[in-house]
Amino acid sequence: MSGEVIRRARGAVAALVLVGLVVAPWVVDDYTTALLARTLALALVGVSVALLTGVAGMPTLGQTAPYAAGAYACAVVGSRVSDVGVVQLVVAAGAGALLAALIVPLVVHARGVIVLMITLAIGELVVVVLGRWRSVTGGTDGLAGVPAVRPFWGLPALASDQGRYLYALVVVATLVGAVLVLLRTRAGLVLRAGRDDETRLRASGHRVAVHLSGAHIAAGAIAGAAGSVLVVAQQYISPADFGFDTSALLLLGVVIGGTASVGGALVGAALVIAVRDWLFGVLPGHAPLVLGALFVATVYLLPTGVNRARSRLSEAAAPQPDPPAAQERATVGEVGR
Amino acid sequence: MTGLLDAQEVSVRYGSLAALDGVDLCVHDGQRHALIGPNGAGKSTLLDVLGGSTRPQRGTVRFAGRDIGRLGPAGRARRGINRIHQRPAVFATLTAAENVVVAALPRVIPRRRWWPAGRRRAAQQLAGPLLEQMGLTAVAAVPAGHLAHGQRRQLEIAMALAGRPRLLLLDEPAAGLSAVEVGRLVELLQALPRAVAVLLVEHRLDLVYALSDTVTVLRDGRTLAAGTPDEIRTSPLVRQAYADGVA
Repeated sequence: MSGEVIRRARGAVAALVLVGLVVAPWVVDDYTTALLARTLALALVGVSVALLTGVAGMPTLGQTAPYAAGAYACAVVGSRVSDVGVVQLVVAAGAGALLAALIVPLVVHARGVIVLMITLAIGELVVVVLGRWRSVTGGTDGLAGVPAVRPFWGLPALASDQGRYLYALVVVATLVGAVLVLLRTRAGLVLRAGRDDETRLRASGHRVAVHLSGAHIAAGAIAGAAGSVLVVAQQYISPADFGFDTSALLLLGVVIGGTASVGGALVGAALVIAVRDWLFGVLPGHAPLVLGALFVATVYLLPTGVNRARSRLSEAAAPQPDPPAAQERATVGEVGR
Repeated sequence: MTGLLDAQEVSVRYGSLAALDGVDLCVHDGQRHALIGPNGAGKSTLLDVLGGSTRPQRGTVRFAGRDIGRLGPAGRARRGINRIHQRPAVFATLTAAENVVVAALPRVIPRRRWWPAGRRRAAQQLAGPLLEQMGLTAVAAVPAGHLAHGQRRQLEIAMALAGRPRLLLLDEPAAGLSAVEVGRLVELLQALPRAVAVLLVEHRLDLVYALSDTVTVLRDGRTLAAGTPDEIRTSPLVRQAYADGVA
């Protein structure tokens, strides 16, 4: 019963947050609206980091690589080929997935800190390439003046910050929903099992490397799509958007939110961006200090993240079941949760 | 005569130490075959070789007539060889029922059932009876990491059976179990369908004699004797081996 109440409460909170996000552009100023749109893009990359780190058990510092690939692919297509959002989104996701697929042989057999080091190196290499491939990327100056996107053929271009924000919100909400559905399929179940005990999964006959490759490519596609959202939101990109500080910030957000939780990744990413960008105005020059303190406090007080801590609180608040009651509830049908 | 599993001249060396030295082993369909011997005899190494986690320097391993020497643990599991480890290995954050479903996916649940509803139906059809058989229905929705040691052992057997194995490799399944849990384990193993052959490594000879119809004795990486439990029980060679270095 209490589990059902908690599920409903979580659904209600999620719905309220969504409503709040929809009405936000009419409540806050244009600067904050643009900032929210960029935060949505980073939150979506955070979801891809959570998918790899928390669900598949591959901690990564390199999701800025497919994020950048998607963003630049979107910017180039948007400037030279098509201003249709769907086209840009598909191209960006494809570019992110392609880059992730190229990286797969380097990371799929590595584990733990080794993956972190490899992905960090790849992320830095991509930033260097972006800075030097001037004919396509504009070098360190980046690509400016990307035309306003029109979401679909026949629709008007989104000229206002509100319009671009709502476009970003629809894209991010749709993709997050898709990830949540994916995690409820057999693919999600197998990924979680592999995170728990890879050797056991292999002994059950599963091709672990194939599952991890699939997860890596899917996460790359999500990060690539997030790159497209970033381009739409700020109509300008440069290598500075994809540096190590962005990678670290994303991992920090996911750790704060709880690595195994999509909702936690969204909350964590929003939190670190808020601290970085809003506190920048309130406490000039001290935002990194606050971020560092936030990270230390989170790791010390909530080692499993905000989301898991909330779950633990829920468990603690719920009455402990007596054995017969537990027996009644423990039906096999609950396996599909 | 060839059996379901046929290992011939298997040798494994770790530096100058010969863990296995030209061992032959044959397990037939439905057979209950036990592997015993003093500590260091090579029992677990042979199980590693048969399960695919160790590759022998010499020798062949055939299963159902096909050479499986190049297959790893996953490939062998897909062909019907499932292993139960000395320490129960389960997916800690998944429920007991989900553990069974994951174990069943490669060989049993059709690929088209990837959608949640389809998976739930398949899970109900598959996990329910297996968990009931193992006495785990009450904890089907409990994360496996919260189960007691004995329950994890039972869950691991359910997971192994979920993959519809033709051969079960059991590595000291009674390790760490209480007397009551051992009794329950013996009942479960005796109730296994005859379509499933069993290769059991166990130190407790009372369990070996209760569960097996054929026993192979290893010593210092070589086959010392093979026969029925009665023949092994009365063999002077085996008695001598155990007197020299029994666990």
